[in-house]
Amino acid sequence: MIEGAPWRRWVFFYVPVTAFVVSLLFPFYWMVITTIRPDSELYRPWSAPNYAPFWTTHPTLEHVHDLLSETLFSTWMWNTMLISLAATAISLFCGLLAGYALSRLKFPFAGSIGTAIFITYLVPQTLLFIPLADIIRNFRLGDSPWALILTYPTFLIPFCTWLLMGYFKSIPKELEECARIDGAPRWKAMVYIIFPVAIPGILSAGIFAFTLSWNEFIYALVFLSSPEQKTVPVGVTSELVRGDVFFWGELMAGALLGSIPVAFVYSFFVEYYVSGITGSVKG
Amino acid sequence: MATVGSVASVAFKQQYIPAAKRGPITRLLEDERRLAFCLMLPTVVLLGLFIAYPFFNGILLAVTDTRVGVPGHFVGMDNFVKIWNDDIFHVAVWNTCLYTFVTTVFKLALGLSLALLLNRHFRGKAFIRAFILLPFIIPTVLSTFAWKWMFDPTFSVLNWMLFHAGIIHTRINWLGDPVMAMVSVIIVNVWRGVPFYAISLLAGLQTISPELHEAAAIDGARAWARFRHVTWPLLLPVTLVIVLFSVIQTFADFQLVYVLTGGGPANATQLFATYAYQLGIGTGLLSQGAAISLAIFPILLLVVIVQLVYIRRTETL
Repeated sequence: MIEGAPWRRWVFFYVPVTAFVVSLLFPFYWMVITTIRPDSELYRPWSAPNYAPFWTTHPTLEHVHDLLSETLFSTWMWNTMLISLAATAISLFCGLLAGYALSRLKFPFAGSIGTAIFITYLVPQTLLFIPLADIIRNFRLGDSPWALILTYPTFLIPFCTWLLMGYFKSIPKELEECARIDGAPRWKAMVYIIFPVAIPGILSAGIFAFTLSWNEFIYALVFLSSPEQKTVPVGVTSELVRGDVFFWGELMAGALLGSIPVAFVYSFFVEYYVSGITGSVKG
Repeated sequence: MATVGSVASVAFKQQYIPAAKRGPITRLLEDERRLAFCLMLPTVVLLGLFIAYPFFNGILLAVTDTRVGVPGHFVGMDNFVKIWNDDIFHVAVWNTCLYTFVTTVFKLALGLSLALLLNRHFRGKAFIRAFILLPFIIPTVLSTFAWKWMFDPTFSVLNWMLFHAGIIHTRINWLGDPVMAMVSVIIVNVWRGVPFYAISLLAGLQTISPELHEAAAIDGARAWARFRHVTWPLLLPVTLVIVLFSVIQTFADFQLVYVLTGGGPANATQLFATYAYQLGIGTGLLSQGAAISLAIFPILLLVVIVQLVYIRRTETL
């Protein structure tokens, strides 16, 4: 559907698209190439004559091996997985119920509660991390996965509620009314009729929530202290850097492996993820 | 009307369903208000406990002189006076505004261009769209490390490329020079944000009917005029929402700067959040850190008000 002379197609389409794709993906290529490059090649200054940046003649898995055998990386992966899944499950549960109530039921203060949830949706984690650290300490949750499993829903629930509210509004009311006329109680109509229809919305919200939890950094940085409790982003930041010494090979291997679960989930559900993004800003 | 309807339907149903078949809980939940209360309860408890409570706790903390392990006393507005007179805080305010403004302009311009490019039918479109979102979904900290490595003064691949393209003749000290450090942080933020803008704007573009473009084209409008008078006005509502979201996120950004520069060199890239972290957690001056964090609040409030007014307006339309 690109019209016009060939040169126009090149100048206005192929060249700019290629430039965007290359610059957006180059850092990931760089992660891969750094991971499989032996140290002797890795630490060769860019001004050296034999600096060959874009390929390597001696690929090696040494860095991946070091990462898995000499650091707690696999523990961090499990921690992150557990925390992300639990936080996502809690948020979906709360978001489903609240989204349904706000979009279908009439009750006092429905409007103001809806607005309040919308405002919490906009509150960034950096606004609250210091008082929250205090509260986590008082609840004796510090340095345990529970600190994150309970606090991640604070930024996931508003998002899930908002997205699912929009989704429920698009489901015709008649569907539920039919069930109710047939004698189904309210909550059964909700659970057995409306929720199954909302599965695409639930998937979008769930995938989005999962990637957000995997990405979260500041709460994990502040609430966790012992190395074996850490999540991937925090573990990589604090344990693979010793003072001023960066273990770049291991760091890039960690960045690569730590991204795989998110990329994997994403690759299976691209469409749901995209509708999650667009749903999140549609309001 | 609705309440009358629901009462009628309840009455209607009870003629057909023997009451004994329904448990007491089901009967309780038949009331709309009670059901709503039960459904809202988990959300309200969690958000109250971990958002509203820390928020008020933060305000209380900011008016005392609490440190880690040392309970504080009430000191009134002392912390706010202190940060008001703090030179580093001034630098952080300026940096945060500059960072937010510049990145937002670039993200919007590049994101819109990319969205316009992708808003056509071509082979491999779904594939490209899936790939360009990667910078946005890969955990920020991890991709920022890749950038930090690319910015490394001795091993920088960027320097190599620029040198061999003939653009530079000596090395660029990406993260060591105050100005370049800010530039680097901005580059990484734009890199991460462009896909989000592009995909959201693309979704907005796809809701614009192609017939409008055809009509404008028949009336003799060139590509730029079609963009200016058809696409842009229709895209504006979506754009505004995306920009507001992104402004809040950028204004409160932490992880990118924390990994890339740690706020340095000499506070050249210090933002609200990194400074709050440095004082509150690094030095243990909890109450001053809380006061700095709270300084994000006015801008947040402003955005929320714009957002709410805007949503009201579109809902009444």
